[in-house]
Amino acid sequence: MFAFIVKRVAQALLVMMIIGFIGFAIKHNFGDPVRDLVGQRVTPEERAEIRERLGLNDPFFVQYGRFLKNAVQGDLGRSFFFKKPAMDIIMQKAPATLELVFASACIIVFLSVPLGIFCAIRPRHWFSRFTMGGSIVGVSMPVFLTAILLIYVFSVELGWLPSYGRGETVTLFGWWKSGLLTADGLEHLIMPSIALSSIMLPLFIRLIRSEMMEVLESEYVKYAWAKGIKPSRVWIVHAFKNTLLPVITVGGVQLGIMVAFTILTETVFNWQGMGAMFIESVERADTSLMVAYLVFVGFIFVLVNTLVDIIYGLINPMVRVAGRK
Amino acid sequence: MRSKWQRFKESYFLYSFLRDPIAYISFGILLVLVVSAFGAPIIAPHDPYNPTTIDIMDAEMPPAWYDGGSTEFLLGTDAQGRDMLSTMLYGMRVSIIIGLGAVALQAVIGIVVGLLSGYVRKLDNILMRIADVQLSFSTYMVAIFIGAIFQTVFGVGNYAKVAIPLLIIIIGLAEWPQYARTIRANVLAERKKEYVEAARIIGLSKKRIMWRHILPNTLSPILVISTVQVANAIMSEAALSFLGLGMPVTRPSLGSLITAGFEYIFSGAWWITIFPGIILVALILVINLLGDWLRDYLNPKLYKG
Repeated sequence: MFAFIVKRVAQALLVMMIIGFIGFAIKHNFGDPVRDLVGQRVTPEERAEIRERLGLNDPFFVQYGRFLKNAVQGDLGRSFFFKKPAMDIIMQKAPATLELVFASACIIVFLSVPLGIFCAIRPRHWFSRFTMGGSIVGVSMPVFLTAILLIYVFSVELGWLPSYGRGETVTLFGWWKSGLLTADGLEHLIMPSIALSSIMLPLFIRLIRSEMMEVLESEYVKYAWAKGIKPSRVWIVHAFKNTLLPVITVGGVQLGIMVAFTILTETVFNWQGMGAMFIESVERADTSLMVAYLVFVGFIFVLVNTLVDIIYGLINPMVRVAGRK
Repeated sequence: MRSKWQRFKESYFLYSFLRDPIAYISFGILLVLVVSAFGAPIIAPHDPYNPTTIDIMDAEMPPAWYDGGSTEFLLGTDAQGRDMLSTMLYGMRVSIIIGLGAVALQAVIGIVVGLLSGYVRKLDNILMRIADVQLSFSTYMVAIFIGAIFQTVFGVGNYAKVAIPLLIIIIGLAEWPQYARTIRANVLAERKKEYVEAARIIGLSKKRIMWRHILPNTLSPILVISTVQVANAIMSEAALSFLGLGMPVTRPSLGSLITAGFEYIFSGAWWITIFPGIILVALILVINLLGDWLRDYLNPKLYKG
C-alpha cells in the first residue's frame, strides 16, 4: 500500500512538473513580465535593465527552475491587468467558483441517487422511461445553452430570478466572500448551479442505474430475495451499497471536471469566479494570470485524481496489484 | 449473383434499422439537417456571407408569424439584419465540417496511438499515461486551454481568419484520448486471438499484422466512437465559440450564432438564440441516438435494458 501511494504521489508530481512546464513555456514565449510591471513611458534602456535584473536573459531552464521554485511557494507571477500577484486574484475569486461547484454537487447527489435507483428497480415504469429519455436530451444539450434558456424563461419572461452576478455576499474568516448565507445570494445561486449540474446529472443517473441493474442481477441479491428480506432493505442495503464504489470513483473525477464547466456557466451568468476571470484574462492577453489559472486548476485536478486513486486503492486492493505490474 | 443493393436490402443491418423507430427517425432528421446544411448555397433564401445583400434596417425582425415579421425572413433576422434561416444553414455547415474534420484528426491520432500502445508494450505505459492525464482534465478544459494559447499566439484577428482549421486542430488534439483508449482496449482483446498468432507464425511483420489484421477487426468500435465523437466535437466547437475562441460572427457556426443572440435576449429578441439552439441540440441528439443504436446493433451482448 505504501509503495502504491508513493507511486501515485510521484506520478502526480511529475504531472505537475509538466503542467508547470507548459505554463512556463507559454509565459516565456508570449508574456512579457516587463510590460506587466511598467507602463508605456519607460525607455528601452530602462526596460533592458529591468530584464537583466529580473533574470529574463538567463537560459530557459534556469528560468523554468526559478518559476517552479516560486510556484511551490505559491507565487505564480503578477497579473498585468490587476497589477497584483496572480495568486491573490485567484484566491479572491476561488470562493465563488467553489460555492457554485458545491451547490451543483449537492443537486447532483440528491437528485441522481433516488432517480438512478428508481430507474434501476422499475426499468419499465413510465417515469423511468421519461427520465432516461430526458437524460439523453440532457447529455446532448450544451451547458451554456441550458443556462441561456434558464435566463430566458426565469429572468426575461417570468422575471422570477436574477440573471447575473452573485448578489449580496458576507465575508467569512476575513477573506471568503460567501453568497450562501444571504437570501439574495442564494437566489442568485439557483440558476447557475442548476445549469452547471445539468451536464453531469444525466451522466450520474445513467451510471447509478446501470451499476445498480448489474448488481441486482448478482447472486447475492437473488439470495437476499430468497431469504425473504423486505424489498426496501434489499434495494438500499444490499444492492445500492455495492453500487457506491464505482459511482464514487467515477464521481470524484467527474466533480473535478465540473471546474472546467464553470468557465462556461460563469461566463453566461457573469458569476465573478475563476472561470470568468480566466476568459477575461484571455481576452486581455493577460498571460501571467492565464498561466496562473492553468497551473492552479491543474493542481486541483491532479490533487482530486490522486486522492480518488488512493482512496480507491484503500477500498479495493485489486487496483493496487494490477497497478504494480 | 445478387447485386450489392439486393444484398443490402436483405441484410440484417437494414432489418434491425427499420424495426427501430428511434433509429430511422433520427437518421431521417440527420439526413435532412446534413443535406440542408451542405445544400445551403442552393436552398438558403439569402447569402449571409455577402454583405451587399444585408440591410441593417432589417435587424432584429421577429419570425414571420409575429407582428412586424416579414415573409421574406421566415425565422426573423439577427442583430446585423441577416436572415436567420440562411445564417443557420450556413452555420450548421460550418459546425458539421468542424465536427467531421476534428473526428478525422482524432481518428488518425487515435488509431496510430491505439495500435502502437496495444501492440508495442514499451510505448503502452507512456502513451496511456498521457491519455489518462489529458482525460482527467476533461476535454473541454484542454480545448479551452489550447484555444486560449492559439489565440495569444495568433492574435484575435488572424485567429478569426483561419478559425476552421484551427478549431479542427484544437478539438482533435483535445479529444484524441477517448479514441485511442477504445482502440487500444480492442487491440488488446484482438491480439490474444488465434488468427493473430497464426499470422505471427507464418512470419508476417508486426506492421502488417497491426494494419491489415488487427485494425480491420477493430472497425466496429471505431465506427461507434466516431459517431459519438462527432457529436462531442460539434458541442465542443459550440462551447469554444461561445467563449469567443471559435468562429467569428461574420462566418458564424451554430455556437457563435447562439452567442451573438445572447446579448439580445434581454431585449426580447429570443429567436436569434433559440432557433440555432434548437438546431444544435437536434443535431447532437440525433447523432447520439444513432450512435447508441449502432452500439447496440454491433454489440448485442451489451444489454442496456
